[in-house]
Parts: sequence; C-alpha cells; structure tokens
Amino acid sequence: MSTQSTIALGSARVGFRGRIHAIVAGRVAAGLPASELERRLIELGFVEGADVEVLHQGLFGRDPIAVRVAHTTIGLRRREAMAILVTAGA
Amino acid sequence: MSDAAPVVALVGNPNCGKTALFNALTGSRQKVANYPGVTVEKKVGPLTTPGGRTVRVVDLPGTYSLRARSPDEEITRDVVLGRTQNDVIPDLIVCVADASNLRLALRLALELKQVGRPVMLSLNMMDIARRRGIEIDADKLSREIGLPVVSSVAVRRGGTNALLAEIDRKLAERQGSTAVQWRAPDASGLRSAQKEADRILAAVVQGQGRPDSLTARADAILLHPVAGLVVLLAILFVMFQAVFAWAEPGMDAIEAAFHWLGGLVEAAPLPDLLKSFLKDGLIGGVGSVIVFLPQIVILFFFILVLEDLGYMARAAFLMDRIMGGAGLHGRAFIPLLSSFACAIPGIMSTRVIDDRRDRLTTILVAPLMTCSARIPVYTLIIGAFIPERDVWGFIGLQGLVMFGLYTVGIVGALAVSFVVKRLIWRGKPGEPFMLELPDYKLPRPRSLAIGLWTRATIFLKRAGTIILSMMVLIWVLASFPQPPEGATEPAINYSLAAKIGSAIQPITAPLGFNWQINVALIPGMAAREVAVGSLGTIYAISGGEEAADKIGQALSSQWTLATALAFLAWYVFAPQCASTLAVIRRETGGWRWLWVTFFYMLALAYVAAFITYRVALALGGG
Repeated sequence: MSTQSTIALGSARVGFRGRIHAIVAGRVAAGLPASELERRLIELGFVEGADVEVLHQGLFGRDPIAVRVAHTTIGLRRREAMAILVTAGA
Repeated sequence: MSDAAPVVALVGNPNCGKTALFNALTGSRQKVANYPGVTVEKKVGPLTTPGGRTVRVVDLPGTYSLRARSPDEEITRDVVLGRTQNDVIPDLIVCVADASNLRLALRLALELKQVGRPVMLSLNMMDIARRRGIEIDADKLSREIGLPVVSSVAVRRGGTNALLAEIDRKLAERQGSTAVQWRAPDASGLRSAQKEADRILAAVVQGQGRPDSLTARADAILLHPVAGLVVLLAILFVMFQAVFAWAEPGMDAIEAAFHWLGGLVEAAPLPDLLKSFLKDGLIGGVGSVIVFLPQIVILFFFILVLEDLGYMARAAFLMDRIMGGAGLHGRAFIPLLSSFACAIPGIMSTRVIDDRRDRLTTILVAPLMTCSARIPVYTLIIGAFIPERDVWGFIGLQGLVMFGLYTVGIVGALAVSFVVKRLIWRGKPGEPFMLELPDYKLPRPRSLAIGLWTRATIFLKRAGTIILSMMVLIWVLASFPQPPEGATEPAINYSLAAKIGSAIQPITAPLGFNWQINVALIPGMAAREVAVGSLGTIYAISGGEEAADKIGQALSSQWTLATALAFLAWYVFAPQCASTLAVIRRETGGWRWLWVTFFYMLALAYVAAFITYRVALALGGG
C-alpha cells in the first residue's frame, strides 16, 4: 500500500469511499490526549480495515462530516477525522 | 417489589432500543429516581418472569464502552461493576443490541463478558434486521461469543418471551456473588476486541444487508448543508408555535381551577392569616408554577418524538459549527432549546454533554434563554407602555419589542459563552464532537406516553417540594410583620419584604426602580411571573393576575417609560428564579456555580437596566 493514495479522512470530500489504513491520533491537536482520542474513535468503530464513506458535511467550513463506517453512521469534526488515515477505493 | 429481588440490568449502545425493551418488560410500573449524589436518572421496574420469579429490571444509560465519558456513562459503569452506593448490584446483565447494527454492540458485549458477571445478549429489533436482508445465526453467534443469545422484538406482543425464558434460566443457575474484574482497556485492547467482533459478525451474519434506504433518502434533505438548516428552522418554528398556542387552553383551565380553589378558601370561615397563607402562599404560589405544565408537556412531546425518530443527533450535527463559533458544543443545542420553555428541564438535559467544561458553559447560559415565565411580565409591561401601532406599515411595535427581548437573551447567551470560552477556559481546544447518527425509526406511541408521563410527574413533584417551600418562604417575607391596627396602606408595605425593598433602594435607584419594584422583585425570585401579581398587590389592586389590564393602567400612571424599559432589560438577564439556581446547584454538585451564575446574571441585569434607563432618559423617556 503506497502512501501516495493514503489521505486523512478529515480532508476527504463528500462521496469519498475507502478503507481505514491507520489511526494516528498523535497528529491531531484535539481537545483530548492522543490515546484518549484513539480509544474513542475505536469505540465508534474506526478500526483498520473498516470501509468508510463520507456522506454529508456541514455548511460552514464543510464541517462536521457524516461518515459511514461499516454499517454505522458517525458525525464528527474534520479536526478529529484527521487522525484517521484512509486509502481511497472501496 | 422486594429489595431482595434479583436485579437484571439492561446495557447497550445508545439508540439500540433498550428503553423500548425496558418499557415492554416493565410497562408503566417503572419508577424513575436519581442515583444518590448524582442526577442521572435511575429507572427501575418490576417484572414477573414466566417462572414466577420477581425481578427488578434496571435501564442503564446507553454507552459504547465501560470507559465512561459522561456522568450518564459513569452510572452504567458503576452499576455494572457494583460500585454504586446502593442496592442495585446486577445479578444478570442483558446486553441489548440493535440486530440491524450489531458491530459496536458486539464489542461492548465482549467487554461486558470480561467483567465476570452473568451476561446474556439480546438481539433487539430483529424484525427490522430481517426486513433489511440481514439474517443472523443466533446459535452460531452464541457459540462464537460464548454468551447465551436470544432475539427480541420489544414492540410486539410476545416479542420478549425468549428473553424472559432465558432470564429465568440464567437466574436459576446463579450462585452467590461473583468476583468482578475490569480494567479500562487501552487502544490496542479495544482494537483487538473490535477486530474479534468483526470476525464474529462476518461468521454469523448472512447477507450484507442494505443500508436503510429511507434514512439515506431522508438525510439527503435533512443533512443537506442548506436545506437541512432550513428544515431545522421550520421544525423549531412549529415547535414554538405549538408550545405557545396549543398550551393556552390547558393553561387557562389550570389557572381557572386554581382561581376556583382560591375562591373556595376565600369563602371558607377561616382566620384571615390562614386564608392568606392558603390562597396566596400555597394555591397562588404552586398554581403559578403548575400552570406551565401544558407547555412543558408539549415541549417534551416534541423533544421525545424528535429523539425517538433519531433527528436530535442530526440537529446537533447541523448546529455544531454554528454554536462552536460562540464556544458552545453541538450537543448544547437541545438543552438551550428546552430552556425557552423553562431552564430547569434545559439544564437537566445538559447531561448528554460529555465534557465538563462544555456542560458548565451550557448550564451557565441556559437561564438567559427567554423562558415562558418571563412572558407574563413582558406582556404586562409592553401592553402598558408600548403603543399599539405598526412600524413600516405592517409590523406591530409591541410584537417587535417582544421579539427584541428574545433576541437580546439569545445574543447575551452567545456572548457570555464566547467570553467564558476565551477568558476562563482559554487555550484549551474544545471537546471533540462525535456522535452516532442512527437510522430513522418511527416513534412508538406507548413509549412516548410513558416518557411524557415520567416528565410530567417529575415536574409536578418538584412543584410540590422545592417550589412549594420557596413559595411559603416568600409568603412569610411578604406577610410579616402584620400591618398595625388601622393601617391604610396594603399589608405588604409593612412586611419584611417592604423593608428589604427600601433597604436596597439606594442600589436600584440608578436603574430608575422605585421601592415598589424592589418589593415585587423579591416574590419574583420564586418564579418570575409572580412579580405580576405582586405589583398588583403593592399597587393595591384586587383581583390578582387576571386584572393585568388594571395593573397596567396603574403602572403607566406611576412609572416613566424609562423605568419600564429598564425593568424589561432587568428581566432579560436577572437571576430571578430560585428553582433554576437550585437545579444548577444540584447538577453541578456544589454551590460554586450557583453563585457564579447568580452574580454574573445580576451584574449583566444591572448594567443592562442602567444603560437602558440612562439612554431612555436622554432620549426623553423620563
């Protein structure tokens, strides 16, 4: 898997489909410690190998985004979604 | 229901149909109370199993993990682990899962299994899963996950038979208490548990299942960046119309009933002081709060319907960025919305906000939303001082002033939260916004009815306890000492309340307030709208609130326009509600935030009234 095709979910457009490559919470300046952010993301189903699709986004700053993860839809802000690295193509 | 009866705890993800299952199991016999020391609702109901066993069923707040993030989720963790300081230690944990959305539930089930208590898995909403083409091999799932598995349809008669039989069986084989072990999992533990859940899911589920097409089509509009916001505004508009228009007949009826009760007391052969206590203190005081019951029921009807539909998560999604600009969390939207009816349910519903700072900010600004108790005061003053004419030919000036007062409240709330975020909690990035957007589901009338009934009884209980005692206290202040023989002025002028009113006169004089206003503000602390009746008493007008026209005439001859406007500005901001302050103390677990709220609102009210008075004087409103 080349790093070329890997982007952060936080910068994906609506309609993006792909698969989670890695959770790297350390790269995000979120309001939580990296380990806590990572755990919360996993608890909502963001684990490596899961299929994702960006379904909707907000009006201002295209934020937050609604993401389909496997069979669940999760709303989250782009800032936290930057911790989720995804590979395009489903 | 004996306290020795075994306890069955329902645990599950948010939106898994756990509460519907709880309602199906216990019906209307459930009791809602608070866990000691915290304000999370404890829902317990009795159940008799087919085996004749009496069981206490506990509905726990929804969670994705035992690693609690909010006060609600802490309760779930503590009850599951048996850490609570009370009798609800579960003998059996029923992990409730939405069969059409199993993935996260299976991980939670694996975590619960590790605790060491007897656990079983109930696949709820099997009917919906089948319709969506999801076939689950329950026997295989049971073997793979190592837990008993039953399926249930909470909303259908007989849909819980398999669950009840399994509860019987598990309780029969129960032996003493088990040692409980649980350690908060780290990221790699969670990751491997989710991968194990995914493996089991792939092994037991036939057919990928189609995503709910109705939800997808609805969200194409409801989560559209522009159309979604328009629909949200339209829903809010209808809601407000309903709260004010539909509630009116009910409120009139309640008012009439209390008036009739007061009349009975008036006619009874009782000493005057006792009459006054019963009529003004008890009936008038409690009645002035209970009159809001129809509004609260209608508001909660909308909130419960939108919640059951799955729309509330969408509203938070749509509003997150907009509210974030003012330093508020997307989830603060619902509590602030509720506060337009009454800040008390609004502040109570801040429990859904995970982060303590976000929750405190929301609690601080919730009382600035124009609650329905301010409306009688606004109506009185506007009716007396603002001429009934149109501006620009089509907008009524009175309505415009009313709208302006609402706007000032909202802008004030946004400004305060902005300042709090920048000054007090500066530099700390906000809590993440992460929220499941569940598939839409039609609300069930039965669940709605139970939910509304619960809300109404909680409100009435409060009116019967906290508010009642405040009313008695204020009646005492306004009634003692008694006027001397041959007194000519209204009795309240000789009371303790009048002395307090005169004592604070130097402080409120710059706002254009006279001592009569000061006196009216004191009973207004019990409930804002009581000030209307108090002004009537002070200006010696009989007939109470229904004589609002007469009170208005008296005021317009005694107050200047500047005073009236300053009084309105005061009412937008002033912490004129003892019950709200009491709820803040309870919800934040201490006096500190009560005083913070009280003093910041008092300061805002003073400044706003001062500026309004001076500007109005300068413009010739004296």
